[in-house]
Amino acid sequence: MSGGAVAATAVEQQDIRSHPGGGATESKGVGTSKWTPYILLTPGFLWLALFFIIPTVMLLLFSLYSGSLDQGYSFEFPGNWSTYSAVWEYRAQFFRSFLFAGLSTFFCLALAYPLAYFIAFKSGKWKATLLVLVIAPFFTSFLIRTLAWKTILADDGPVVTFMNWAHITNVLALLHLTETDRVLNTPLSVVLGLTYNFLPFMVLPLYASLDRMDPRLVEAAQDLYSSPWTALRKVTWPLSLPGVVAGTLLTFIPAAGDYINAELLGTTKVSMIGNVIQDQFFVVTDYPTASALSFVLMLTILVLVFFYVRRAGTEELV
Amino acid sequence: MATTTATAAQQEAPAVRTTKRPSGPFRWVRERIIPIIGLLVLFYMFLPIFVVVMFSFNQPNGRFNYQWVKFSFDAWTNLCSVGGLCESLQLSLVIGLLATLGAVILGTLMAFGIARYRFRGRSGSNLLVFMPMATPEVVMGSSLLTWFVLLAFARGTTTILIAHVMFCLSFVVVTVKARIAGLDPRLEQAAMDLYANERTTFWRVTFPLVLPGIVGASLLAFSLSFDDFIVTNFNSGSTVTFPMFVWGAAQRGTPPQINVVGSLMFIVSLTIVLIAQVVQRRRKKA
Repeated sequence: MSGGAVAATAVEQQDIRSHPGGGATESKGVGTSKWTPYILLTPGFLWLALFFIIPTVMLLLFSLYSGSLDQGYSFEFPGNWSTYSAVWEYRAQFFRSFLFAGLSTFFCLALAYPLAYFIAFKSGKWKATLLVLVIAPFFTSFLIRTLAWKTILADDGPVVTFMNWAHITNVLALLHLTETDRVLNTPLSVVLGLTYNFLPFMVLPLYASLDRMDPRLVEAAQDLYSSPWTALRKVTWPLSLPGVVAGTLLTFIPAAGDYINAELLGTTKVSMIGNVIQDQFFVVTDYPTASALSFVLMLTILVLVFFYVRRAGTEELV
Repeated sequence: MATTTATAAQQEAPAVRTTKRPSGPFRWVRERIIPIIGLLVLFYMFLPIFVVVMFSFNQPNGRFNYQWVKFSFDAWTNLCSVGGLCESLQLSLVIGLLATLGAVILGTLMAFGIARYRFRGRSGSNLLVFMPMATPEVVMGSSLLTWFVLLAFARGTTTILIAHVMFCLSFVVVTVKARIAGLDPRLEQAAMDLYANERTTFWRVTFPLVLPGIVGASLLAFSLSFDDFIVTNFNSGSTVTFPMFVWGAAQRGTPPQINVVGSLMFIVSLTIVLIAQVVQRRRKKA
């Protein structure tokens, strides 16, 4: 999922602001029959039902099938539950997926917050231009951009040479993030790629919520003798929470399912659950096991998101 | 904020000020810390793009284009000399256009339905639209694949198209819905007051006002479809779209022509966005 997806969210939030009186007013447009909304919704609803809801149910069902690609698949009561043993077998990849997704979400937040703050409060007439620059990386194919990191992090490239010289790689190697003399094909390069790929998904929602904030609130806090740090912690941060929650979800969910960064910037030693699922489908062609893994991935993410959103207690998401 | 920072510090702890207040270049950096970090992050975001453009002028030694060898225009002048590249590009453009058309038609209807009416199942519809956006692509792709396998439906251009319309749909609904919700209701009331009937009001007032949202949604849907890899990979059979081509190239050897396409994409989309911005600014002035 790439693209100005987030750009849309930002635009949306701006638009909503411009006319708070607008919004879902009672049927004023075309036709006033009580059936009109259903007629408008039916084609899209059917599409989503046929190609999103039913497939998801089928995924669950398929994980209980037995058979193989050559001999065909069949369902025998009570289902082939042994596929779910693969979940335990690939626990390391599951763990790595969520760890890497969590780390990259954290890094995204750490990088995006200053940038979003800068654009929202300190950019003046450059605001529109900077926003375009934030989504500009999306304009090139993300696979090509990810491949470019192979050049940047090459073993004899300037970045890694410097890191070796400054012994940064040695320190990171102690944390098992890199090897002692290289960055490519290590956990760090995968996390870095994930962070890079999903950063705009964090910047735009953060910007949208910071931009809605009244800057005088910070001034008020400082008039009341708060230090800049306290003002950030007690005023700006809580007010930007909807953006933080939206941004972390938009980063964490796709990152947990991603296998492109692990494939292009890593090795099998750092593969994530997405790599396993894709291998099970296309290399091993064990569709039922692949379905089981895929289903568990979705379920885990849904559960995590549910508890996260409940804890964050925001309703401004959908 | 820098000045208020200083005054706050003065008022709070004047004793600290004299001892701990930084001076010289350190103070200069401290006062501009947020813009500096912000620009560094932007640099991080742009670094790969510089590399992509630069390496489109490279003449690599081996099959892979990861190391700088020497400057050359070869890749730019012989774009289609790499087998399959231009075909995949063409296919991606066609799929992108068709998927956009499908998603925009279905999505705009849904957006009007959800934004303009209160009905039983409205919040359910919102949730349904939100769900595909909150599902990892690998799950979406694999579940569609199992569905097509169960139906014994051959994978190819049709299945790619079906999948792309599906995941673009939600983004179109969200974008257009926001535009409708942001409309000033008084404009429609004014049209009605001037004896325009519902149909005229819709086509002469409402629709033109929503149109920028639809255009934005189209661009978004096109870029999502054009750049999609994961869902496509699961449902393409042996069909090769441009991202699939790049993926294959990453395994077999990356010709600099790939970077040329990347650079062209960047230039074209940047031009479109800049034109849109200029148009918008003129409209605001008018």
